[in-house]
Amino acid sequence: MRTAKKLKTVKNGNLREQLPMIMLVVPFATFFLVFTIIPIISSMVLSFTSYDMLSMPKFAGIDNYMRMFIQDEVFGTVLKNTVALAVVVGPIGFMLAFLLAWLVNEFSTGLRTLFSFMFYAPSLVGNAYFIWKIAFSGDAYGYINSLLLSTGITTEPIVWLKDPNYLFTIIIVVQLWQSMGVSFLSNISGLQNVNRDLYEAGAIDGIRNRWQELRYITLPSMSHMLLFSAVMQIQSSFSISAVAVELAGYPSVQHSVDTIVTHMADMATVRYELGYASSIAVVLFLLMAGTRAVIGKVLNFVSK
Amino acid sequence: MLKKLYYKFRLANPKKPNANRFTRSKFGNFMCMLLIVSAGLFTMLPLIYSVVTSFKPIDELLIFPPTFFVRRPTTVNYVALPGLLSSLSVPLSRYIFNSLFITVVTSVLNIIFSAMAAFSLSKGTYKGRKIFFLVIQFALMFNAYTLSIPQYLIFSKLRIVDTYWVYILPQLAGTLGVFLIKQYIEGYVPDALMEAAKIDGAGYIRIFWKIIMPIIKPAWLTVVLFAFRDIWAAIPNGTIFNEELKTLPQIVTQITAGGIARNGSAMAITTIMMIPPIIVYFISQSNVVEAMSSAGIKE
Repeated sequence: MRTAKKLKTVKNGNLREQLPMIMLVVPFATFFLVFTIIPIISSMVLSFTSYDMLSMPKFAGIDNYMRMFIQDEVFGTVLKNTVALAVVVGPIGFMLAFLLAWLVNEFSTGLRTLFSFMFYAPSLVGNAYFIWKIAFSGDAYGYINSLLLSTGITTEPIVWLKDPNYLFTIIIVVQLWQSMGVSFLSNISGLQNVNRDLYEAGAIDGIRNRWQELRYITLPSMSHMLLFSAVMQIQSSFSISAVAVELAGYPSVQHSVDTIVTHMADMATVRYELGYASSIAVVLFLLMAGTRAVIGKVLNFVSK
Repeated sequence: MLKKLYYKFRLANPKKPNANRFTRSKFGNFMCMLLIVSAGLFTMLPLIYSVVTSFKPIDELLIFPPTFFVRRPTTVNYVALPGLLSSLSVPLSRYIFNSLFITVVTSVLNIIFSAMAAFSLSKGTYKGRKIFFLVIQFALMFNAYTLSIPQYLIFSKLRIVDTYWVYILPQLAGTLGVFLIKQYIEGYVPDALMEAAKIDGAGYIRIFWKIIMPIIKPAWLTVVLFAFRDIWAAIPNGTIFNEELKTLPQIVTQITAGGIARNGSAMAITTIMMIPPIIVYFISQSNVVEAMSSAGIKE
């Protein structure tokens, strides 16, 4: 009895003492709740309704999901595009972000700063990607076309951004151009902070070249950083949309580079089919969460 | 024995770049340099091209085949910018003001709220903080694009469509800042420091402002870099209609739509838009390496 009372006062005391701490987290928690958690939950709920923002949402069961996979042919295309883009851009971007960070890390501080800036610059300047629109412009004045024409490789200008055969590759190139972002910087930082004693110990234990060092010392020390980097890549490679819309327009020719995000935006902000758009959002969330779970497992396995 | 000493000398000197260590072959170093230079050309050439093009006079823009470098540089493309927008009823200065105002206000609020939450989550002892951080860590995956439609619903319920709030508020819910700063605090702020400050009679709020904020400066400077970059480039999706509330990225498309004769001006506005993030990068870059070192996700 006495101990119980004592415990309770300790707990209350703790709460009073912790009140300022809790106050500190409240502003962020409020924004996070209103603009992240509630949107995610509400789109889960609305995905089972038919809703146009004017009248009340009407319960529609799994109609939206049926429509997505059976009726909506465009959804099949955008799902395929999103996954294909993510499968190419995600892993390549992830590896490039590590490879370039690893290469940059070989050099002294001055050179390292310069090189880091070079690789980070495209992602730093945000929407400079429409430079590529001019480079890939369909007439003879487009930089790529004029280069090909004047060197005699082609005889006619190629309409790059209206040709499904090229569009997919172009979006991948531009997306990779911008993929040295947060994860690239975190990799550099992680590499800088690998314990140097490990390299010394490794050298005494018989490590003779950079590859062995990478495999046996650097990668295992970097596993937490690599998971962070992977999460950042999932975030960007599943939401490819701005680059595609800017370069190819919406809808792009034969929906060749439309993605789940652009399709969802079309359904919501143009057609006001909010229930359906929400169900698309839910599929996207599940896709991303699933990928993250798999990558977590893989990295766990690799770092052992 | 001598061999061991040799390794110690070659390896233990932290100032020596890795490239000089004995595990690095000359050929390997050369190949690394080659890779870096080719990747660097790929990343930098488009940016250099746009800066160079922004200084080209009209006849050089229309020359065939187009040249990479400018022969007679001119600022005419920059001077023409305000005139190009005269049809839009809002002067160029208004877009610049909007962009700067929104970006600065949001970045400042973002780091303050993120740092407060990060401090509370790492040094607090109340219940639920660990679960909350796991949720935050999970939400790192979602960005403005993936959440755009659900957020759009919230904006219209709150009746803040077509106001500055749609730029500012969702950014304040961003999780990267809280995540990075919290990891940094766990790595660099010892509990003993907290205890010492408490014994001196400082409250948590005081500890936060007077002790924590100065220590974690590298972390929040890094967050400023990411926040600034994101907000500066953000294009709200279907939530801003009033021309007076639009930002620079939204008018770029209107300028580029004018065809090749406008390319000079399009590149001029692109160049202008590159400057602020680059300035912020160079202010914060020396802190980034230190601050990101604790960024890993532990599972």
